[in-house]
Amino acid sequence: MSILLDQHTRVIVQGFTGDKGTFHAKEMIAYGTRVVGGVTPGKGGATHLGQPVFNTVKEAVAQTAATASLVLVPAPFCADAVMEAADAGIRLVVIITDGVPAQDMIRVKAYLTRYPAARRAVLVGPNGAGLISAGKAMMGIMPGHIYRPGTVGVVSRSGTLGYEAAAQMAAHGIGQTTSVGIGGDPINGSSFVDMLTLFQEDPETEAVMMIGEIGGSQEADAAKFVKEHMTKPVVGYVAGLTAPKGRRMGHAGAIISAFGDTAAEKAEIMRSAGLVVAPSPAELGSTMASVLSRKRSRVMVPQ
Amino acid sequence: MHIHEYQAKELLAGFGLPIPAGGVAYSAEQAVYRASEIGGDRWVVKAQIHAGARGKARGIRLCSSDAEVRAAAKELLGCTLVTAQTGPQGLPVHRVLVEQALPIERELYVGLVLDRKRERIVVVAHPHGGMEIEEIAQREPEAILREVIEPAVGMQAFQARELAFGLGLAAPQVNHAVAAILGAYRAFRDLDATMVEMNPLVVTADGRVLVLDVKMSFDDNALFRRPQVAELRDYAQEDPREAEAAEYGLNYVALDGDIGCIINGAGLAMATMDMIKHAGGEPANFLDIGGGASPDRVAKAFRLVLSDGNVKAILVNVFAGINRCDWVAEGVVQAVREVHLSVPLVVRLAGTNVEDGRRILRDSGLPIATADTLAEAAERVVAARNKARAA
Repeated sequence: MSILLDQHTRVIVQGFTGDKGTFHAKEMIAYGTRVVGGVTPGKGGATHLGQPVFNTVKEAVAQTAATASLVLVPAPFCADAVMEAADAGIRLVVIITDGVPAQDMIRVKAYLTRYPAARRAVLVGPNGAGLISAGKAMMGIMPGHIYRPGTVGVVSRSGTLGYEAAAQMAAHGIGQTTSVGIGGDPINGSSFVDMLTLFQEDPETEAVMMIGEIGGSQEADAAKFVKEHMTKPVVGYVAGLTAPKGRRMGHAGAIISAFGDTAAEKAEIMRSAGLVVAPSPAELGSTMASVLSRKRSRVMVPQ
Repeated sequence: MHIHEYQAKELLAGFGLPIPAGGVAYSAEQAVYRASEIGGDRWVVKAQIHAGARGKARGIRLCSSDAEVRAAAKELLGCTLVTAQTGPQGLPVHRVLVEQALPIERELYVGLVLDRKRERIVVVAHPHGGMEIEEIAQREPEAILREVIEPAVGMQAFQARELAFGLGLAAPQVNHAVAAILGAYRAFRDLDATMVEMNPLVVTADGRVLVLDVKMSFDDNALFRRPQVAELRDYAQEDPREAEAAEYGLNYVALDGDIGCIINGAGLAMATMDMIKHAGGEPANFLDIGGGASPDRVAKAFRLVLSDGNVKAILVNVFAGINRCDWVAEGVVQAVREVHLSVPLVVRLAGTNVEDGRRILRDSGLPIATADTLAEAAERVVAARNKARAA
């Protein structure tokens, strides 16, 4: 099992025929993702990478029965593309595009509530690496080869720090069920809590690694959720110990502007909620290894 | 992006908000001319910088003659103003705002923010303006009024009315305040602001409601569709290196340490800086070179980091996804040759084509120390820094 995505998921790419769309669609297909087509308005009817191109997402869904879409369209058109996908019945929209205006994301998220929960799309991103279900399928821009199938779910705001975590875990022989980059923007399609909920429900996920950063209250909300609703162990880290107040550290959302926004405060909130906080970003893998071995030895002890 | 007070007032006036009579001046002569244009016999001369707390730092002067206006403007223009919000280095004053001074009856706080948790624009108001909102939140949290705006329909008049009555305004002023709050909301929405803080919004002795001071910030991601905002950018208020970085599409933030950092990805950059600190060092900067780290961008990143004279050693940490390690390595080699690097360099590469990347660094014959892991990289660069310091 994995969350959101596996080798059977039928995926389309919005912005399919552009440079980025072409490059990443190729990588996704090579990884084993079932890419069934793409959308580029005005290029409908063409064939690209051996798959059909459509003018609208609605047509693509009707012809290919796609349920997931990777959005690589430029920021000014991104909100429109996401709403189009949601309206066409796509259930998983992964937004890689960075630079999406915050008010566009507010509008998109409010728009989604017009659909009943049973057919509402799950958004992942924007400004993230996407997601990968190790060994099965990838909807994103990550280097697929660093992930190996396993039992740890990873959720990270940052793309590259998510790669770092996967590589460190690989050095300890630990693999992943699914790794999700929820993105560095102040308003995300999916939150840490959304992803933790799915990992808690996924029978194959044994433990979760959650990598946050400075800014906002998502990590604190996630810590509360872990304390109240999760039975699986969660390893946490919050990047940005050296970040000064009021300065944006690359990500639009990575800024310390209020109480509780700093890395130290967030780490403390996580610790007091029962998460195991990695002492440094070089110890993500080793911390997870010790958490897993403790968990397994507990299970092994006869009652 | 931040703008100056006078710019924010001009923008808000365009949305129907009443502002005091006034104008910007770049020289003492112009300030006096502004005062004569405004008329009356009392004026305020306000230093324009991208930070608050100017009053306590003597950045705002009350004047009652031409000579006083001239003297105030002369003193402020060209000075570096250090306030509680600027940091010890302060910010340069190149413009002053000259305004009519008004007898004030009441000072109110009205702020609009993008609330990340609620994912809505939220209007916050408090009957006692003039203080920082953090201070208000601590002292009298129960007196803070809040209206959450539904994005589908926008702010409604009743919401502004609830705020105006909640602030304890008398009936004649309520309508003025409602118009001001709704106007500020429209400005926030239509200009893609992230903050509009009217502090204070005042009721004058003659019963008018005016924006006496205001701060506005904007969503950098939306500047492409707000050229009228983008053109207000004042590079003099920014670190010159950060402005230069922005031109190259690089994300740079200057810090106080002496270990230069060149990293791909904001999260990995922050984590690498954390690791440097763990290893006993202090990062000189945050620098995210982004996904497509072409040799040209890497070279620019090196020049930027080296323009900080405090830098004693450099750490490059790239976890290659889209950009392959061999490509990044070539960029590093080319950059080191171009800039005639004289400080020690540690490079850690990981991800796609890592073996090729390491070989390119090794075969270059350049004095580049490599590291396999994040921990190793941080330890090596701190050791190199210590050696450079001792030398």
